[in-house]
Amino acid sequence: MNYFKTITDGIFKGNPTFVLLLGMCPTLATTSSALNGLGMGVSTMFVLICSNAFISLLKNLIPDGVRIPCYIVVIASFVTILQMVMQAYLPELYRTLGIFIPLIVVNCIILGRAEAFAAKNNVLASLCDGLGTGLGFTLALTLLGLIRELLGKGTFFGAEVLPSTGNMLLFVLAPGAFITLGLFIAAVNSFKNKKA
Amino acid sequence: MEYLLIFISAIFVNNIVLSQFLGICPFLGVSKKISTAAGMGIAVTFVLVISVLVTYALQMWVLNPLGLEYLQTILFILVIAGLVQMLETILKKVSPSLYQALGIFLPLITTNCCILGVSILVANGTYNAQGLEPSLLSGVFYALATAIGFAVALIVFAGIREQLDTVRIPKPMQGMSIALVTAGLLAMAFMGFSGVDHGIAQALGH
Repeated sequence: MNYFKTITDGIFKGNPTFVLLLGMCPTLATTSSALNGLGMGVSTMFVLICSNAFISLLKNLIPDGVRIPCYIVVIASFVTILQMVMQAYLPELYRTLGIFIPLIVVNCIILGRAEAFAAKNNVLASLCDGLGTGLGFTLALTLLGLIRELLGKGTFFGAEVLPSTGNMLLFVLAPGAFITLGLFIAAVNSFKNKKA
Repeated sequence: MEYLLIFISAIFVNNIVLSQFLGICPFLGVSKKISTAAGMGIAVTFVLVISVLVTYALQMWVLNPLGLEYLQTILFILVIAGLVQMLETILKKVSPSLYQALGIFLPLITTNCCILGVSILVANGTYNAQGLEPSLLSGVFYALATAIGFAVALIVFAGIREQLDTVRIPKPMQGMSIALVTAGLLAMAFMGFSGVDHGIAQALGH
């Protein structure tokens, strides 16, 4: 097993947002600015790495018939830890992301990686897979947030770069989320078609 | 009167899918045909109202008195998963015809984030109760209105997507891409309702 390849696969070939189209709710909801997208991505990555490693450790102990509820308990435990840590050290970000932090539990990327990868591979490989997929997700969210923030508010990570006369408020609002992601996926598709 | 406002606000102004971004997966996944969209809408309404009732009771009478608020996420997701399973079993015995209609959607609902999301919002009292004190009644009402909003968005979107089948779409845009752009335009249409709830509240002298 090539660990480096496992990581890069998660970022590019198996990018959860642009290629696999998983975890759409946080992708659309938390990318109104680059910083929020980055925060959500890193939070999800933390849960993904921990749950992947833990499930891989426990894979021989978990009976096959009840594996999904077991995975959900593991994931929910790490989400609870994340909630407590964020409440203590990053209360600002915790408030902005709001309901979407507890909702990491039902993010299909995490359960999907647990089922498809961690349940079949060793701990180190699962760690790498979690890291790769998490990085892919973080990258996608930050990129989307960056574009929406730039077009909508003319700022780059909060710093003003474009004159405010050209702002298209639409992009930071709900419709902008759908449209930006839709066009992004079209761009990825056309790139893939060209390469094929 | 506040209940009417909750209704209008949850269905049109703050639509759960198009402005709150909860329940996107089923919104994009089962919106290819109007009939399946309607089935999913009914199933979600059913499960959402019941799960809000159960999780609210748990929060008020188990978690809060025992000081276990931090177990909320774990407990709620397990309760919802169990509830969906139970509903499926009961429905199979009691009403096979309803089970036939909703059966395939029920397992999908466990991972529908709008169920867990709305349950948490109601249990924490952080939903928009239009000036009412958060309570079980207004919470369940909010859940019902939200679910109807979900169904409305889903069915309208399915209607548009059925029409999309008949037009030629550039190759890279086919599939999810055009669906997302369409959803964006639909969200823009729903933005036209923003402020309607305040307007009604004012007209009624609130």
